[in-house]
Amino acid sequence: MKTTMTVNGQASTLDLDPRTTLLDALREHLNLKGSKKGCDHGQCGACTVLVNGVRINSCLSLAVMHDGDAVTTIEGLGVVGALHPLQEAFLKQDAFQCGYCTPGQICSAAGMLKELADNWPSQETADLTAAIVATDAEIRERMSGNICRCSAYPQILAAIRDVVGAVA
Amino acid sequence: MSSIADWATPNPVTENRSGLIGKAVDRYEGPLKVTGTAPYAYEVEAPSPPVQGAIVTSAIARGRVAAIDTAEAEASPGVLLVWTHKTIPAQGARGARINPRSQRPSSPVMDSDEVRYFGETVAFVVADTLENARAAAALIKVTYDELWAVVDFPASLGLAENPPGEEDVRIGDFETAFAAAPVTLDETYTSPIQNHVQMEPCATTAWWDGDKVTVHTSIQMVKGGQHALAETLMIPSDDVHLLTRYIGGGFGGKGQSYDDLSLAALAARELKRPVKVAYTRQQMMLGTIHRPATIQRVRLGATPDGRLTAFALDGYTHCARDALFTEHFANFARSLYAAPNRLTGHKLVKMDLPGAGPMRAPGEASGMLSLEVAMDELAEKLGLDPIQLRLINEPERDPETGKPFSIRQLARCMNEGAQHFGWDRRNPKPGQVRDGRWWVGMGMAAAIRADYLLPAKAGARITADGTITLLQGMTDIGTGTYTILAQITAETLGVPLSQVRVEIGDSNLPPAPGSGGQFGASTAGSAALDAGMKLRVALAHLAVGDPNSPLYGASPDLVTFDDGKIRFGNQSEDLSTLVARAAPEGVYAEGSISPPADRRDVSLHTYGAHFAEVGVDMDTGEVRMRRMYGVFAAGRILNAKTAKSQITGGMIWGVGTALTETNSVDPRYGSLINQDVGGYLVPVHADIVDLDAVFLDEVDDKANPMGIKGVGELGISGAGAAIANAIYNACGVRLRDYPMTPDKVLAGLIAAGL
Repeated sequence: MKTTMTVNGQASTLDLDPRTTLLDALREHLNLKGSKKGCDHGQCGACTVLVNGVRINSCLSLAVMHDGDAVTTIEGLGVVGALHPLQEAFLKQDAFQCGYCTPGQICSAAGMLKELADNWPSQETADLTAAIVATDAEIRERMSGNICRCSAYPQILAAIRDVVGAVA
Repeated sequence: MSSIADWATPNPVTENRSGLIGKAVDRYEGPLKVTGTAPYAYEVEAPSPPVQGAIVTSAIARGRVAAIDTAEAEASPGVLLVWTHKTIPAQGARGARINPRSQRPSSPVMDSDEVRYFGETVAFVVADTLENARAAAALIKVTYDELWAVVDFPASLGLAENPPGEEDVRIGDFETAFAAAPVTLDETYTSPIQNHVQMEPCATTAWWDGDKVTVHTSIQMVKGGQHALAETLMIPSDDVHLLTRYIGGGFGGKGQSYDDLSLAALAARELKRPVKVAYTRQQMMLGTIHRPATIQRVRLGATPDGRLTAFALDGYTHCARDALFTEHFANFARSLYAAPNRLTGHKLVKMDLPGAGPMRAPGEASGMLSLEVAMDELAEKLGLDPIQLRLINEPERDPETGKPFSIRQLARCMNEGAQHFGWDRRNPKPGQVRDGRWWVGMGMAAAIRADYLLPAKAGARITADGTITLLQGMTDIGTGTYTILAQITAETLGVPLSQVRVEIGDSNLPPAPGSGGQFGASTAGSAALDAGMKLRVALAHLAVGDPNSPLYGASPDLVTFDDGKIRFGNQSEDLSTLVARAAPEGVYAEGSISPPADRRDVSLHTYGAHFAEVGVDMDTGEVRMRRMYGVFAAGRILNAKTAKSQITGGMIWGVGTALTETNSVDPRYGSLINQDVGGYLVPVHADIVDLDAVFLDEVDDKANPMGIKGVGELGISGAGAAIANAIYNACGVRLRDYPMTPDKVLAGLIAAGL
């Protein structure tokens, strides 16, 4: 099936097996291997990408569902030498070890920052009418779909905190 | 003959003149990892686009494949190859070694119709795409002749035997001393099967060039994988080029190779094109090794003032019928507390399950879960603070061997941790502190993990531009190997970090044992230090023998290296200038480490103390970690940043161990029930609140030439017990069965009338 997506700002038309997941389309057809396959069924978050600015598990989505969508992967956030602030912060805070969940963590964090800015509530949000404060608890809750088995969680929080800024 | 006494001589790492050792430098390969451009095994560029494999696994625990129908799969679109035990090419016999020096024997896949565990490979498909391969794999119909299988561990203890070559270790007369002890404790603790759950599933990309195969695979031990594949393919190991540059988590589970390696190599040979094969998450859970369950009995006898007179830790664990492994949960206890009368040992049940094997701190991670809770229970019986009880029983020498400790700062870890954590605010009486609907409590546990040093080699090369490359068949599984090797090399040669490159994960490079047993940094790093020293010697001789060098004629023994320069007195030149002029082809030197025999004459361990504060929901029994702090003594720290990440990662594994992580065998099928991370619950962001750790200043000059020790496994050792003790302190429910899930806590709360 012909599918056209804008991936990291570039329009791509792919002729895909309809069973191909968005994750496999990125990895196997567009050579964007930064998005990782950890569980292939939406439990680990390693495949997280941004679709039209919203984070999703790309393994749970068929590529042909994304005709006309704008997809941003880790490769679209920043490159060696010109890192995204989150990538810079992950590096500085040692917010990864084996590195396999890292692209998903960073894409997820990027999506989360927008959700916070757009005042999307989470289970941790006490007051749905007030502006959301990016507390540590909010960040942890919202990042809990991204598993890091090396368990760099304190360092990931610190990296995101570097970008969000301190909260009073 | 070398001796540990030789290590007292200063070297560039111990002198640390430019201060790179210990410095919190960013990860060497970090920019690649944060940009998603580090290629893992399934992602490497092959000479031509690889076709993809899919594995079909068994649905019984023990028996034979009676019939297997592959007709539909073979006719399925895009299918290039379908193999079963009947059609797979010849492989080396299981366990055989053609080359007697192979570190690992042949590990054939589908070598017979026999099924040995639920999840064993029974068929394999390669197709042009993953979608076609998986669809075809789903069309394969297997029928089995099923045999009775041993899959229920607690019900099979009657089959337990001593592990081969092992007997219980007895010192003094435990039974008599225990019977005579004024205060005793006799409790049994259980820990479940655990899975490694590395984020990257096992994967291999393979291609052939004539008789030689190149494999990129995800494995912790380069030589082991290379040799196992060579034996399986029945080819010389020199014909196997194994690369493992980036590894998405290992934790012991990738210490060996799996069927993806053999299948990718065999299929690439058959199809004459690159093939890649990955395990699914479910196959990772079912078909790779796991940490086995344990049933541990702890018996402690003490005097009323808290002196241990009798000590025993023994019990049961299990392994696969034909893949011997013992989770040595009692070994650590032989070095931990003083007691004149002692008994430790293991009984092993051989079962029809996937292989049991090493998982982060094998032995300590399980065993400390029992003893460190037992010590908490005994302290309460004695009316002593748990730290005080441990201090009373601090041994002066290794309690079983009588060997001197290289250095032992366990007491300091406990004391400093207690002070920082606010241990004095703990109410020793449980169930006294409430925060809303939460019972709040504190617990602590000691940590100990043995320290090892293995033989290894390394190479160091300087090229005409002054770049120094450290070359080693070592791996970085997230531990920081790349980074610490760069630091050691830069410090040794007196050059800035930016001038150093590190190439590891390649079977063509000087061999190192790989990542495991927290021996990686000590072993690989010591060889890297020696390679650097050998390169210094070569460069010194080059300079003093070169009439065009300002160092010409100087004594090579008095030459120094700093700031990218080679120096003698007030004469110096840039290393790059020297090499470009006198050896434009570059200079290469190799070094090695081999543990001196007298290293065995000291008791070598890393130590620590864990402190945990938890909340227990009074209505649901849910336990939440609120605060955790650890103090560790692990020798000189090479990199403050990566070492801390290792240790906090280990502590978080302790949180998972205490609260959520468990697998169970379905006795009907012999399968592991949790087959993904929806069922097998590893800690997530929301589970980890306020967690920190520090290292004591320490140098262990008996451990290796650098005075460092391992940190990868110390953090988990004891961590789960600290949480278990905090649960008791919070609500008065003493659980001895891990993990401490709400159902167990709630049952305890109800039983206690709470």
